[in-house]
Amino acid sequence: MATFLLRRLGLMILTLWILSLIVFFAGQILPGDPGRAILGNLASQTSVHALDQQLGVNRPLLTRYLSWVGGLFHGDMGVSYAYRTPVEPFVRAALINSVKLGVLAFVIVVPLGILGGVIAALNEGRFPDRVISVTGLSLATVPEFVSGIVVIVIFGVSLKVLPVSASAGAGASALSQLDHLILPTIPLVFILFGYIARMARAGTIEALNSDYARTATLKGLPRATFIRRHILRNSLLPTITVIATQTGYLIGGLVVVETLFNYQGIGNLIYKAAQAKDFPMLEAGVLTIGVVYVLATLAADLLLTAFNPRLRIGAST
Amino acid sequence: MNAAAASGAAASGGAEPSDPASTLAVSHLDVAYRVRGQDRLALRDVSFTIARGETYGLVGESGSGKSTAALALVRYLPRNGRVSAGTITISGQDPLSMGKAALRDLRARTVSMVYQEPGRALNPSIRVGRQIAEVYELAGQDRAAARAASEEMLRKVQISDPRGVMDRYPHELSGGMAQRVVIAMALAASPSLLILDEPTTALDATVEAEVLDLLPPLREEFRTSVLFISHNLAVIAKMCDRVGVLYAGELVEEGPARAVFDQPRHPYTVGLLRCIPRRGQRKDRDRLDTIPGFLPAPGEEPAGCVFAPRCALATDRCRAEAPPAYPVGPGRASRCFYHEAAPDMPRSTPASLPAAPAAPATDTEPLVGIEELSKTFTARGSSVRALHSVSLSLRRGETLGLVGESGSGKTTLARVLLGLTAPDEGSVVTLDGARLSPDARRRPRDVLRALQIVFQNPDSALNRRHTVRSLISRPLSRLAGLSGARLRARLEELITSVRLEDRHLPLRPGQLSGGLKQRVAIARAFGGGPRVVVCDEPTSALDVSVQAAILNLLADLQAREQASYLFISHDLGLVRYLSDRIVVLYLGRVMEVGPAGAVFSAPHHPYTEALLSAVPSIDGQRTQRIKLEGEIPSAASPPSGCVFHTRCPRRLPSGICESTEPELLEGEPGHLIRCHIPLAELRGLQTGETVSLQGESP
Amino acid sequence: MSDSEGGAQVTAAPAAPAATVAVARGTRGGALPRWRLLVRRPTFIVGAVILLFWIVCAMFGHLIAPDNPLAQNLLSPNTGPSGAHWLGTDQLGRDVLSRILAGARDILLITLLATLLGTVLGTVLGLAMGYFGGAFDLVTGRIVEAVLALPAVIIAFLFVVALGPSTVTLVVLIGLIFTPLIARTVRAAVLAERHMDYLSAARLLGERPAYIMFREVLPNVMPAILVEFTVRLGYAVFTVATLSFLGFGVQPPTPDWGADIAANYGVLPAGYWWETLFPALAIASLVTAIILVTDSIEQVLSS
Repeated sequence: MATFLLRRLGLMILTLWILSLIVFFAGQILPGDPGRAILGNLASQTSVHALDQQLGVNRPLLTRYLSWVGGLFHGDMGVSYAYRTPVEPFVRAALINSVKLGVLAFVIVVPLGILGGVIAALNEGRFPDRVISVTGLSLATVPEFVSGIVVIVIFGVSLKVLPVSASAGAGASALSQLDHLILPTIPLVFILFGYIARMARAGTIEALNSDYARTATLKGLPRATFIRRHILRNSLLPTITVIATQTGYLIGGLVVVETLFNYQGIGNLIYKAAQAKDFPMLEAGVLTIGVVYVLATLAADLLLTAFNPRLRIGAST
Repeated sequence: MNAAAASGAAASGGAEPSDPASTLAVSHLDVAYRVRGQDRLALRDVSFTIARGETYGLVGESGSGKSTAALALVRYLPRNGRVSAGTITISGQDPLSMGKAALRDLRARTVSMVYQEPGRALNPSIRVGRQIAEVYELAGQDRAAARAASEEMLRKVQISDPRGVMDRYPHELSGGMAQRVVIAMALAASPSLLILDEPTTALDATVEAEVLDLLPPLREEFRTSVLFISHNLAVIAKMCDRVGVLYAGELVEEGPARAVFDQPRHPYTVGLLRCIPRRGQRKDRDRLDTIPGFLPAPGEEPAGCVFAPRCALATDRCRAEAPPAYPVGPGRASRCFYHEAAPDMPRSTPASLPAAPAAPATDTEPLVGIEELSKTFTARGSSVRALHSVSLSLRRGETLGLVGESGSGKTTLARVLLGLTAPDEGSVVTLDGARLSPDARRRPRDVLRALQIVFQNPDSALNRRHTVRSLISRPLSRLAGLSGARLRARLEELITSVRLEDRHLPLRPGQLSGGLKQRVAIARAFGGGPRVVVCDEPTSALDVSVQAAILNLLADLQAREQASYLFISHDLGLVRYLSDRIVVLYLGRVMEVGPAGAVFSAPHHPYTEALLSAVPSIDGQRTQRIKLEGEIPSAASPPSGCVFHTRCPRRLPSGICESTEPELLEGEPGHLIRCHIPLAELRGLQTGETVSLQGESP
Repeated sequence: MSDSEGGAQVTAAPAAPAATVAVARGTRGGALPRWRLLVRRPTFIVGAVILLFWIVCAMFGHLIAPDNPLAQNLLSPNTGPSGAHWLGTDQLGRDVLSRILAGARDILLITLLATLLGTVLGTVLGLAMGYFGGAFDLVTGRIVEAVLALPAVIIAFLFVVALGPSTVTLVVLIGLIFTPLIARTVRAAVLAERHMDYLSAARLLGERPAYIMFREVLPNVMPAILVEFTVRLGYAVFTVATLSFLGFGVQPPTPDWGADIAANYGVLPAGYWWETLFPALAIASLVTAIILVTDSIEQVLSS
């Protein structure tokens, strides 16, 4: 078990390192120099040069990478080109907001997706299955801004039952915050539903077709006991991994949804940083997303190991 | 229909299908699968009964419908399957017409089932004890009582540490243990009918023997009737009181097991029994009889007898009219117009060889030499020694039989020889005395040409995206260096010699039957003109009726091409039929090596002795079985001393077996045994109690 | 992570083994019946017809459009659907229908080229990873894993900002982003083949690695690649449309669904729904059509 954990952690650190390389070097292909990009065409060469000096962009690439990564270890994510202040507080605040939105989406979609997938599997090949499968898959590939707009038109513009903006304003009650989060959650739920339902369906069908399902049925177990004890336990394990993997896609969706609903989350932060070509901010935001994803998959792996006796034993020997 | 009904009654020994004394009565059962909008009959007009306490065997090849019959009884057919005619009565109840609750009750109390793959039949994420206790809880016991009852039940299936086993997960059990657990689970409900569907097919011979020995006393104790389904005639002969032979969904012959196997009265049964190598039959003297042709394709509805297209006795009448079941003796029936002539049916294949067989290898110069070969696999920090200092030689033109159960390392040995798996440092493989590279990719073309293989499973061995033509042509161009007209000529010659036809050339493996696929694989192996062909269980994926033709083909090719064979099999009968010399492997070690006759008769290694006695014989000579204790140990942690000591019935009291590994000693010329017991003493021990299969004259 | 990889590739992973099994069993009449099965499925027909419609628009959209999609008419902005403008006009008075018909071109072109690029590269990479295994697989696997940690939209974002949006940039970028995803599916399919004896048989014939990879293994993993290609096609539409919507894809005034939605989304609260809704429906219909086709292919391959 200990070696398994160490190995898993080692792999995670390796992944994070490669990730930091990708993110850092993407930021370096920007043509021209950052000082000019920030100050604009009217600024004098001297002040551009001074700013470059201040930002440290004239140093060799490796030095800059090392100092960037070194800074990350102290929670220093660099200085924003746009605000000239450290990036970290912006990222922290945005992350907290995004987590609220993301958690709400997960709380809604996980039971829904699993339920949909299990219902589809129990009716494999029949009408409910086809409906759930095809709808789920379509929802998963319709971009969030498309479903977001439909939702806004229906609930925000036509019915006027829910606020169109996601931000409730400072000091709003938790209930009011929730109220503002409902609409932005819907496109995220749409996207995730398809994935989770599909995986839950595949796992359940596999379990239903297994030899041990036949054994359990021919034991004469009541249907409900059979499904609960012998099917779900085995079929939902792979779904855990998918749910974790979907955090990545969820955050991708956040960029669009937060922009659409003007919500101050990490997606919005990245979008604005990209528009302003504020690379330190952009890099910090993207890297944060990567870290969240890697941690989520790690958590899923550990959960899987804890639930699956085969993995648990296999890992300890 | 009337004749069938009458004879059905006759076949059941006078018991009417509705006889309350019978546990199971199946009457005129038709089962159909709906495929692409059409019904295909998988079972046709099947009738049989099982009396209380009786064991009834259903024997048939793949596609005969035997598993369909089992699933129909418990109403667990696949979604596209249904019983389209006939009735089933289990202890007076009709599973076909009952409601869901009653069906659940029937499954919980009256019928239980044991399956082919015990490991897969158990839920991987629930402890074994819980899975058994579930049955008792369903019957109304509380948790504690159910647990105690489960423990007691495990003891009855002779699991030595029931409490420990109950807390394990299925993947922590060996195959034999898992099957005992499944049997315990099945008997927990005290069913009146126990269905065993190929219960020992996935198990090793010695483990199979232990599990089979377990069943009769349990049947007595629980007073249950048994439906035993198997493709293995010998197992059925050993276990069953009465037997029904299924062919293409029809019960073609039925009767007391002994009578049916001694004096079969249906051409199919006759043919089937002739396909199996009997003792005394040898490849250089005899050819096995074969059943030509194939099972009818699913959905094909023959107008007459289902077996007519493959039958040596078939006449126009057989092709036009379906024969009824004729009573052919006390409690016996045969669905054949010519049941009188069936026992003396002419052979499909001449019994003796047309030409004088090639002289047996007298050349003692080894063609292939294996010295001090070891192979250690490492995974996740632990290492498994699959082969341990194996030294062997293979002579020109001879067949070396390689016998062993799972974990013995026989396939690893073959792969090392071929250069597909690299052995440990210090291992030596030679061809004509020259050392070979451990990696096939580094071996020169003439070495690749010289060493080829026929794999166990043609579905895996043949690329399903390639045509037969390209599969067979490739070695001709790559290894034999042929092209153009010469390649085409050799291709023609090759497919003729494996009895394929031109029309097969453009087909892909998926369009061929199992037997034809294996012929393609054989043609490929012989394409480059090999000197050594490894045959790795070449017939174990095939049905008995197809197996015989492949064995004949291998024997013919060897005589013509003068190739040496390394013939790997778990089936001792096949090995004895084909081999000149035999090697017995256990946990990666050579336990015994010698001429086939010497190995198969006493004195031999106690493991060989046990292996031979474990194999049930169709001849029904029920002799003293050599009991082995426990299961095959894991190769990851082999026992100390002699690796066989944990199971050896002849273990010496001195303790030397536990402490010291014996040498492989040459007791007779060319016959080596790895045992502390001196040869003379073994002879005395083993001839005292005759082993069933030793009848071969030296 | 290797033990959970099968699960992560939601859409394609379950399909891959199923497809392999279907091929292993084979159909007694060759490949023909499978195509027949495909065209018999209503979902496939519906999907294929919609897809075909958009392909025709992508090729001839400018010709069949009732109006010039770029022609502004500032005198009649934001007019609702009418006989003159079936789907209304946008803020600049351009005909929405014409812009939708013409807007099919860039998104389809970029989507198709990017997916093709990603599939070719991913197949080669996946074959090599699965076949060679070992250190090569481990290193590449880590890079794949790292790329997977970021949503495709965000990686695209990062690089488009740096490189500037253009058709070529988008094709290359999305193709490269898809490469590891496709490689992973292909690798899984190759691993399922790796224990097959026909590979050993090929080694015993002295075949070279390239022959084994491309002539022995590739044909057997083709069904998995086909399914993966169609699945990725759907995601490519998703990614391109999203990037355009965010202003990092197809640039105005070129007609494009995502960019048009972004341009007119501001006047949505004022009740001018047609200029946003119709392009949105165009995207949804294209995506759904691809899904229907994909789903049918998967069903047929696994039946």
